[in-house]
Amino acid sequence: MAAQMSDAHRRFLQVLMSHGIMEGAEARKLHRCCCEISKAYYAQDKLDDFVSTINNQLQPLFMQIRKGMSEVDGRTHYALVNMAETEITKMASDYAENELELFRKTMDLIILSENGFASSTDILNSADQLKTKKMKKKEAEQVLKIFVDDKWLSERNGEYTLHTRCIMEMEQYILSTYPDIAKKCNICHSLAIQSQACETCGTGMHLPCVGKYFKTQSRPRCPQCNDFWPYEIPDRSRIDSQSSSRRIIEPYGDPTDALYKEVILETATKMKW
Amino acid sequence: MAGRRLPAAEIWGRFNGCWRHWMSQRKRSRGSGLTQGDDEDFSVVPTQSPSQVQRNLESRSQEEINRKVTELVQFLLVKDQKKIPIKRVDILKKVIREYKDVYSEIVNRAGRTLQQVFGLQMVEIDTKHHIYILTSTLPRVEGENLKQDIQTAKLGLLIVILSFIFMKGNSAKDSAVWEFLRRLRVHPGEKHEVFGDVKKLVMEEFVRQKYLEITPIPLTDPPEFNFQWGPRAAKETSKKDILSFVAKMQKKEPSFWISQYNEAKANT
Repeated sequence: MAAQMSDAHRRFLQVLMSHGIMEGAEARKLHRCCCEISKAYYAQDKLDDFVSTINNQLQPLFMQIRKGMSEVDGRTHYALVNMAETEITKMASDYAENELELFRKTMDLIILSENGFASSTDILNSADQLKTKKMKKKEAEQVLKIFVDDKWLSERNGEYTLHTRCIMEMEQYILSTYPDIAKKCNICHSLAIQSQACETCGTGMHLPCVGKYFKTQSRPRCPQCNDFWPYEIPDRSRIDSQSSSRRIIEPYGDPTDALYKEVILETATKMKW
Repeated sequence: MAGRRLPAAEIWGRFNGCWRHWMSQRKRSRGSGLTQGDDEDFSVVPTQSPSQVQRNLESRSQEEINRKVTELVQFLLVKDQKKIPIKRVDILKKVIREYKDVYSEIVNRAGRTLQQVFGLQMVEIDTKHHIYILTSTLPRVEGENLKQDIQTAKLGLLIVILSFIFMKGNSAKDSAVWEFLRRLRVHPGEKHEVFGDVKKLVMEEFVRQKYLEITPIPLTDPPEFNFQWGPRAAKETSKKDILSFVAKMQKKEPSFWISQYNEAKANT
């Protein structure tokens, strides 16, 4: 099924590379956009085939466009991941040694936690005990913000968990580094950072997977031990789409184009020569 | 590897790892086992005849060469994603290393891969020091699709500064630039809600990315600086585009500014 690599594929790859990770809906829109721009044949709903063509070219470079699920809303995401890396070396080129150490400590806290979140208090306290080079709380807060911006962590109410992109990129590393602690979802068998777990037998599942699995059951029971499932079942229909307004950039493009953005347009009209 | 977390020293290692850590090492600003002890001069590439290159190639296995090509491609992509220009010296030191004798072959193949897979090419922005950036070879798109995020905002700020410099005759004093930005509610002393430390962004990040060139004016106390376009700005946009942006903002024709208009026309 090997289609030829075309400018449409290259454009898609450039944009995905600059985003790092994209939601399924955004990726489908990008697929359509790229085909339209390059006047290439657009096969709707054939995004995965389109991606396969790119992956064939990426494989000798130890890179891959991977599909993964967000633990928050269950939505499919596409991310460009590096497969040669087996550890945090992917991040190593971008951050200082003590920043990496802080990230590792944060990851420890997240994976060892009940709910997959680490409080900023705990993280900042560990910043004080870094072996490489101590970090003040202010600096650690800045570093955490950078990790969030770069999509390694996500933040909610002052607590931090791993970003979908991070989970997709480092799943193998996490499973092999935390072999007895890292949880796997009973439904989809992927790594689960945030999960609901049966109190009796410890079987865990992603929240979206729980929602999907128990959708038709009025009295949810654990799939392993049949005990009553004690938690609230997440409602799958409630998630609001905030990606509809997101648009796609030309990552190597003419920076002048950027100025047609509302944000800049407004300020720029104040310029006087 | 199961259950074992690699200590930092090991991570600063080998093969795939070595070139990825130069950044963090630079930030640490102390040497490591990796960069010290390199006695070879990596600033000079041996000039060779094609037959010499061919002979050198034959002494290396295809696999070895391919591995180096892959490493170089990844190196270039990582650096360029952060918009950091790539120095040939670093390419030689961090990636090519003992394969210096087939340097040109590796670079050529990496270039072909970048083009074939990503639609990117290496462009030399400094021919004296051999510094490169990656640019897209795909046809440009009219800017209807944009990603709403900080990168766009930063570019916007940059364009505003580039415009100001151009309209002022290709060079502007820092005090003038900051005064101008003050009108847009961007202050060097204050933390901006989008840009954060604006002074750092403008004077360090944009300079490092070669969008701006900021040079101190001699014999000034307190020190004053001169702002000019950097080599990347010249490559990624043009005086014509910048003037047309200014014209759109001011709802005038580009020809309204006679000298800038002529200059922009002469520049194409």
